[in-house]
Amino acid sequence: MRANPAEYELIAPGTLREVVTLLSKEAGRCLPIAGGTDLMVLYAAGKLAPRKFVSIFGLPELQRIEVTSSEIWIGAGCTYSNIRRHKVISDELPLLARSAAWTGGIANQNRGTLGGNIANASPAGDSLPALLAYEADLILLSVRGERRIPYRNFHTGYKKSLLAPDELIRAICIRRDFKNYFTYARKVGARNAQAISKIFLAALGRLSDRKIIDVRLAAGSVAPVPLRLTRTENVLKDQSVDNSLIDLCRSSLAEEIHPIDDIRSTTNYRTVVLGNLIAEFLMKLAGERNPS
Amino acid sequence: MNFRSIVSVKQTISLTVNGVTRTVLAYPMARLLDVLREELGLTGTKEGCGEGECGSCSVLMNDLLVNSCLIPVLQANKASIITIEGIANDERLHPLQQAFQECGATQCGICTPGMVLAALHLLNKIPHPTLEETREGLSGNLCRCTGYSQIFEAVAKAAQKETAE
Repeated sequence: MRANPAEYELIAPGTLREVVTLLSKEAGRCLPIAGGTDLMVLYAAGKLAPRKFVSIFGLPELQRIEVTSSEIWIGAGCTYSNIRRHKVISDELPLLARSAAWTGGIANQNRGTLGGNIANASPAGDSLPALLAYEADLILLSVRGERRIPYRNFHTGYKKSLLAPDELIRAICIRRDFKNYFTYARKVGARNAQAISKIFLAALGRLSDRKIIDVRLAAGSVAPVPLRLTRTENVLKDQSVDNSLIDLCRSSLAEEIHPIDDIRSTTNYRTVVLGNLIAEFLMKLAGERNPS
Repeated sequence: MNFRSIVSVKQTISLTVNGVTRTVLAYPMARLLDVLREELGLTGTKEGCGEGECGSCSVLMNDLLVNSCLIPVLQANKASIITIEGIANDERLHPLQQAFQECGATQCGICTPGMVLAALHLLNKIPHPTLEETREGLSGNLCRCTGYSQIFEAVAKAAQKETAE
């Protein structure tokens, strides 16, 4: 049954300080809402219990992208449109720019935010594997102060995270260390735009003397949380790409991921296709051709 | 705390819709879509899926394409909204509307207002889009009748007309 707007409160204080104070006073009772591309869907379907929301969309403090000599800080309130059009992000973090361009259609890219995608914690969030591959950190803010945590520790289980009830994601920080990496991203879904992924791979790699000296693999929709494939990365390190390496990689992958059967796909399809995507990444890495 | 005890209060919301400032009394979590249709009588904006997948409820909010079914009206307070009713110049159709008609880009009409708004948003950013850019610009708007080809033709035709005029 459709939600009755009379049973839901929403306030829009207009400054970050007021939002954080409110979250502290009403810890656990007040839920931040940014662009609404996830929460409004649940709300409209009558799947959110009546409660209080605080609007954080458009807060200037959350919309800045700052580039320092060593890092790129992306305000958690930046939309996918902001991210895909940012010059430094497109040049140095192509996995993130491409993921943003593949999330939803244009209308949802104008509203959906990177912080919202993280807080929503879906294992199928399209921008999340890129953040794992780039080893992003998160800045979490509350009246108690700020803390910086590695994003890879953030999700602790299906739709569970380290975010305290009074905390807000303030920014996403990524080191500017990735200019010389070969990058690969691929989304497999029912259709390119507007479809939730069946499977998503974001990968980075570097070769020296034909050997893989660094590799990062991160996948969506293969486990209860977006997953960095460290076990499979270890299989690849210091090896040269050939068919036997790809076979080893597939067996490692089968033990490392735990995809499910659901309305979008099956365990078997997801396992086979992720193996195919990693094989394609490795072949292209070995060929030194950067994919489009 | 019993969440059921929450009783929201209607608030005064000010919207500039198609250039005219309108004031409505609405619950802050009311959807912009419902306020446009039910409070302001602008029924050109359609509800398709109600979950941000189909684009039928597309409007421009501060020049950005959005799905009005996903916007709590409080977040639209003081914003400028353009709906399909604001596209034509009195009796004269907008070049996009004219092109949609000429190319047979409309059939049942449910997707059409959103399609035209998405096309307008695209042409505002890219006056002469390639077919690929048009496909991407309209990718969040689903049409179950036309098969899209006529819609893409209409966008190309409108882009040409704009230049000619």
